[in-house]
Amino acid sequence: MSRYFPQDTEYFSKLPGYPSQERMKKGPVALIECNQCIPCNPCESSCRQGAITVGSQITNLPVLDEEKCIGCGICAAACPGQAVRIIDLSKEEGIVAFPYEYLPAPQKGQIGNALGRDGSVLGQARVVRVDAPKAYDHTMVVWVAVDKEIAKEVCSFGGKD
Amino acid sequence: MIETDICIVGAGPAGLSAAAAAGEAGASVLVVDENFKAGGQLFKQVHKFFGSENHKAGTRGIRIGEQLLDRARKAGAVFRLRTLAYGFFENGVLGLYDMDSQELGLVKAKKYIFATGAIENVLPMKGGTLPGVMGAGAAQTLMHLYHTRPGNEIVMVGSGNVGLIVSYQLMQSGAKIAALVEAAPKISGYEVHARKLLRAGVKMYTSTTVSEIKGEDQVEEVVLTELDSDFKPIPGSEFSVKADTVCVAVGLSPLTELLQMAGCKLYFSKVLGGFVPLHGRNLKTTHDDIYLAGDCSGIEEASTAMEEGRIAGIGASAEIGFGTDKADELIKQAQERLDELRQGPFGDRRKSGMEEIFTEYEKGAWA
Amino acid sequence: MTNLRITEHPILDIPADTKQVHVYFEGKELLAREGETVASALTSYGIRAFRTTRKRHEPRGVFCAIGRCTDCMMTIDGRKNVRTCMTEVKEGMQIERG
Repeated sequence: MSRYFPQDTEYFSKLPGYPSQERMKKGPVALIECNQCIPCNPCESSCRQGAITVGSQITNLPVLDEEKCIGCGICAAACPGQAVRIIDLSKEEGIVAFPYEYLPAPQKGQIGNALGRDGSVLGQARVVRVDAPKAYDHTMVVWVAVDKEIAKEVCSFGGKD
Repeated sequence: MIETDICIVGAGPAGLSAAAAAGEAGASVLVVDENFKAGGQLFKQVHKFFGSENHKAGTRGIRIGEQLLDRARKAGAVFRLRTLAYGFFENGVLGLYDMDSQELGLVKAKKYIFATGAIENVLPMKGGTLPGVMGAGAAQTLMHLYHTRPGNEIVMVGSGNVGLIVSYQLMQSGAKIAALVEAAPKISGYEVHARKLLRAGVKMYTSTTVSEIKGEDQVEEVVLTELDSDFKPIPGSEFSVKADTVCVAVGLSPLTELLQMAGCKLYFSKVLGGFVPLHGRNLKTTHDDIYLAGDCSGIEEASTAMEEGRIAGIGASAEIGFGTDKADELIKQAQERLDELRQGPFGDRRKSGMEEIFTEYEKGAWA
Repeated sequence: MTNLRITEHPILDIPADTKQVHVYFEGKELLAREGETVASALTSYGIRAFRTTRKRHEPRGVFCAIGRCTDCMMTIDGRKNVRTCMTEVKEGMQIERG
């Protein structure tokens, strides 16, 4: 699938919405893989901390202020492109949160596959939390515990067949 | 004969916005639409929209539809649904056909706003007339208005935003995308939309075309062929995919029949979907009493359609004396929001297409 | 029999108590949902060949689903050439291939 788009973390880590390794180790923080200048800014307007800036030119790429970001996950639900995840490398396991809009809804405690950017199975994921407040309007933000080594690549959850 | 200040044909995002704007300016508004329900394609858009807060970005199209319909109703717009606008005549009269009573009627409005939308393009393919081959928008209609999947295993043809979004929505409705096929060497829609499919394991084939759709009396199998850099099929590269449905997402064409009947001059714009009525920045056509808005003015998006509708609604009302005090300021604001949506590498082409039409209109050579 | 009904959806709330309507396709009773079109009711049963072309006798079905292409026309309650994508189901409706 790499023939279509860049898939590697190295590439995304250069984007202005990508947090530093040190910040990830301190606790949950947004990880924004938004790399095309499309006219869009709900990440900025949804953030209550003022941690994401797109600016008046709404085709700008979002810039993350990693010190202001608390890793709440609101932007992950708001982004129409589903380009935002939350990552937390402060604990023994890596914690990742991503938007999810399929049924059946993942359940807390459920174990399944951690899926990468190209849909490949990276390892095992355990669902630790599912956020689905009314404000997210049916977009779930699913929090999973995964091996720290794969955390930056995990984008989705697949039930085991 | 029904008399009204403003008559709007089409109750989609453009028509509803125009209705709300004209009604709020104080004009009497009649909205005509052939469907059971107002809202056009908005009630089929279950995804969250792009744009800024001003464009209701981050909100699903279905919710925007509800809000807009409510706003148009509160502004006093009268709706005639299940009513076909079948013709526009020399004396400035619009012919209506009530599909339930099967009766004919006429409307005389001071100004008309045509927001007739678009139709999906057909792609000539061997076997392309088999039942089970349909527009991607048709699949959306079946799923989101009538809660029916078009099929279980889908081949999507076209990788623009429509193809990508509808593929995602088909998966949300429980279907499997057997393949997404694109003749160009690159995915043409937003990468973020494509990534939703990639992470769900969808197989995408660029530089590939459908060479044949096979089946007895409906789609059973789709034969794909790789294309070289000149878009020529590569012999021996054929492979077959099992599918019961082929969705075609290869662009849209503006629906301009009524505008043509009214004598509005057309202009060919490849980037805007073909022949579009010549119009100015104020959405006025070459006919003095006719404005237009939305996809019939050139293929764009629901968010741009809503801003165009607003500009047309305010402008048409002001021309007949309603809301003249605020019109300039409101149009300016809508124009700014519209410009925002036409920014960036994806909006640039459409923007220059529109500018070309405005320039041609302003030349006045058509008069 | 094929069932293409969407009974649950991650975004849409699909009411479970929509009134059912009986329609008859070539004499066979089908259950449709009030407010839907003939085209969607047939599609939900996996019925997709709606008519046969006059000269070449080829099957045709839904293409645009918004009343423009006329490929989905059928004979409904004896009336020919009715666009099934623009026609609401009614109790007792008789639907024949066009």
